[in-house]
Amino acid sequence: MGVNPATDPKKTTHLFFGPQHPGVTGNMSIEMWFDGDQITKAITHVGYLHRGFEKLMEKRLWIQNFPLVCRICVPEPDINEECYALAIEELTGIEVPERAKWIRTLVLELARFAVNLMAFGGQAGTLGLGTAAMWGITFRDFVLDLFEELTGARIYHIYIQPGGVRRDLPPGFENRIEEVLTKIEERLPELDRLVLNNAIFKLRTQNVGVVKPEWIKEYGLVGPVARGSGSVRDVRKDAPYEIYNKLDFDVVTETGNDIYARALVRRREIDLSISLIRQILSGMPEGPVATKLPNLTEWRVPAGEYYSRVESSRGEYGYYVVSDGSLKPRRVHVRGPSYVHAVPLLERMLVGANIADVSNIMVSLTTCPPEIER
Amino acid sequence: MKFTDVISPFLAWSRAAKKVDTIPYPNQQNPGADRYRGFHINDTSKCIGCGRCEVICENKAIDMVKVDGVEPTKGDSGLRPKVDYGRCCWCALCIDVCSTGSLSLTNKYSWVTENPDTCVYTPGVDQKAWDSEEKGFRQENDVLGWAGSPREQMEIETPEKRIENFDEVVKGYTVDQAMEEAARCIQCGLCISACPAHMHIPDYLKAIAEGRFVDAVKLFYDNNPLPEMCGKVCTRECETVCAMGYQGESIAIRWLKRFACEQFESLADVLALEAQPGEPNGKKVAVVGAGPSGLSAAYYLSRKGYEVHVYDRLEKGGGVSWYAIPEYRLPADGITKQMEVFEQTGVIFNYGRDITAELLADMENRFDAVYLAVGLQKPSDARIKGEDIPEVKPAFDFLMNSPDKGEMLTGKKVIVIGGGNVAMDTARTCVRLGADVVLSYRRRVQDMPADDEEIHEAMEETIDFRPKTIPIRIERTESGIRYLYHEAKMVDNPKGGRPLPKPKDDVEHAVDADILFSAIGQTSDIEFIPESMQKEMKLKWGRIIVNDNQYTGYKNFFAGGDITPGEGDAITAIADGLRAVKGIIDRLK
Repeated sequence: MGVNPATDPKKTTHLFFGPQHPGVTGNMSIEMWFDGDQITKAITHVGYLHRGFEKLMEKRLWIQNFPLVCRICVPEPDINEECYALAIEELTGIEVPERAKWIRTLVLELARFAVNLMAFGGQAGTLGLGTAAMWGITFRDFVLDLFEELTGARIYHIYIQPGGVRRDLPPGFENRIEEVLTKIEERLPELDRLVLNNAIFKLRTQNVGVVKPEWIKEYGLVGPVARGSGSVRDVRKDAPYEIYNKLDFDVVTETGNDIYARALVRRREIDLSISLIRQILSGMPEGPVATKLPNLTEWRVPAGEYYSRVESSRGEYGYYVVSDGSLKPRRVHVRGPSYVHAVPLLERMLVGANIADVSNIMVSLTTCPPEIER
Repeated sequence: MKFTDVISPFLAWSRAAKKVDTIPYPNQQNPGADRYRGFHINDTSKCIGCGRCEVICENKAIDMVKVDGVEPTKGDSGLRPKVDYGRCCWCALCIDVCSTGSLSLTNKYSWVTENPDTCVYTPGVDQKAWDSEEKGFRQENDVLGWAGSPREQMEIETPEKRIENFDEVVKGYTVDQAMEEAARCIQCGLCISACPAHMHIPDYLKAIAEGRFVDAVKLFYDNNPLPEMCGKVCTRECETVCAMGYQGESIAIRWLKRFACEQFESLADVLALEAQPGEPNGKKVAVVGAGPSGLSAAYYLSRKGYEVHVYDRLEKGGGVSWYAIPEYRLPADGITKQMEVFEQTGVIFNYGRDITAELLADMENRFDAVYLAVGLQKPSDARIKGEDIPEVKPAFDFLMNSPDKGEMLTGKKVIVIGGGNVAMDTARTCVRLGADVVLSYRRRVQDMPADDEEIHEAMEETIDFRPKTIPIRIERTESGIRYLYHEAKMVDNPKGGRPLPKPKDDVEHAVDADILFSAIGQTSDIEFIPESMQKEMKLKWGRIIVNDNQYTGYKNFFAGGDITPGEGDAITAIADGLRAVKGIIDRLK
């Protein structure tokens, strides 16, 4: 029995990175063996956050799951509401009014905008550029103000419902969105100078954390991780939901393969979101925002199954919902991109990387532990 | 890598001279947005304690609790929501489903307290700083419609067609419609206390929603042996308190009861009752009157092993509520179907027996207990000058004698005086027989004691409504009669209650007609009760006063239905029968 050189206790140091570590995205940890400061082996561990979302959903009425699903993703809760609502609508045949579709797209795009602002700044934050991280969070907060006004809450919006959305836009809301967009747009060049045009950032991210284009198919990579390596996959374009087919946009893609390329994708996604939000505001039709639902406590969704998917800020995000025709879902399975990004891909990318680049690489994959352990 | 990449990050310092974006808490606090989901408030006077918020709360943060100063009444459970902020997740589902819209969230989100117990409180009862806060998440039922929905529409015959015959006006729900309608029920149970017979309404609505119609019928018979009749002509107090009625339309409880019964050719087959369940207990009870009250008492007594004999002066069971209600509201085949159930129970019926003092004295000796449910037989006097003219007839007698099979009134002019169900039935029957009908009532239309539905349908059927008309006298003319009246104005009643009609002026208005039906109510006729017996009973205005168990105070005599003071409707009579059963069982122990 020969000793595995990657975990040889005589040659390597064995340490846990996380779950209590500011550089880790969420509550997960990475078990690492390293030789000097070069990692020889890494294993992703999850289980610090397991709240049993999927099982809980089988115990609750269809409508009662909306306050639950949003909690699967803190920065971008709306994709969960959207996926779950899309599945219910497909199973019940409930129609969504046109205006509600536009408002939903607006909400989804605002959420993506907020996440990318935070993630773009956060990428710099992992390198010690705290100012950029704070600015990203500040910009996100301006968007959260909008969410508070629209939905009544900053984080868990519980706004998208089967058959539409819960409330119409407040009077003058379009103007407030435009004000926020303008304010952020004016200040984005400052952030660019601090992050993209920064020698430290470039040195630490270019040619670091390379995702080879052939890995995209091998692992099934999606979102900015894939698009930073030349992929043009985007659910908004490939299988348009809501009103994305009525909006004019191109899929953002970069060919650098490294962390810098992924940061650049996020930065360009911010611009894309601004453009999409403006398009939505100018095309927003009038009309009702919700279809009346049956008695919620006696609501039986017809038996069937459906896989709904949307493009989240991290890539394709899906819900597989099964109904047996009863008051509660029979099974809900949440499929987030972090499963492949944070487990097989991260474990592979970390081998040979520097200890100092662990959180740098991890954040560039925007891993989200609740997607892995639902 | 460019040289500027080394320089440009330092430009970030330019921010240092600009205004900060961070809020200097606690010196500055941002108020929540207008729609913010913060702490609860509850308008406890508007809240009816239906408990919908408790049911929808996925965190079990809401408990319905009894609070001081709010007493349970019909349509109000007396309970109010208590919120545990250790569990609440501010999703506001409770707000959007609140049936009255009394519950709201304020935009207050910050609260510091030394006592953790105060974080569990009853909004609207326990005083909080944000009680009068006007901003926050409010229900918008016009957007979502979760707090109340419209009723499943039932097909109704058009007025033009229905006045041509005596076919039923309402056509009944289809199976799909009924299941949809029943599924609207939120299972709050407020209707149970409003129903005089306390029927298991939420349970049978659930059974109907799930397609278990046999179960529904069995649940009806738990405390109402005349469900099909009640499904057609009940006064439906349940629907008036229905929580769904506040922001939508109340559940069509009555139509659903009718629907479930109509699913079966024979109710007797559904129930499959044994003639005598268990051992007969050897006790005999006489029931006088085969109306709803008498039949109910007979049914439940026989289920308990009593030998029950029912006496009625008519040739068939059912009483006035069946005989006097026209075919278009209550067709006869439904009656036969329900009577089969009674025959199955082993109750012995004695029809065509005049109820006399001798018979009553005989009963006193032969039976262990007697239940008097004779109803009201005598039409009230109209107290109008000229009411002794032969063309002036009591509407009640007219309805009792199967007018649909009687002579046509084509081309005749009929006047009906009254505003109750009997007046509506008479007027609508006459229209179907081809007459022109004028309906005269002292007060306003909204004061009429008849069902709103009846009034509405009567108005559609070419009946000339003349509300606010005070009768003066009836005169004979060469061709018929002339009815004279004053137009009335409404004045406030000094004793409270409904406004009183007073003549507006001295002008006498006249209508010529061939027949006039007076439908101003019936009174009791208790001459058959021997005086010696009457002395022992408490009587008031010809009605027998009874205790909570329908006991008259005389030997083992019980009474119920219209002969005792009460609402005067079928379901109250049935409830009286149920109470009498309890009373009789207790007394014969």
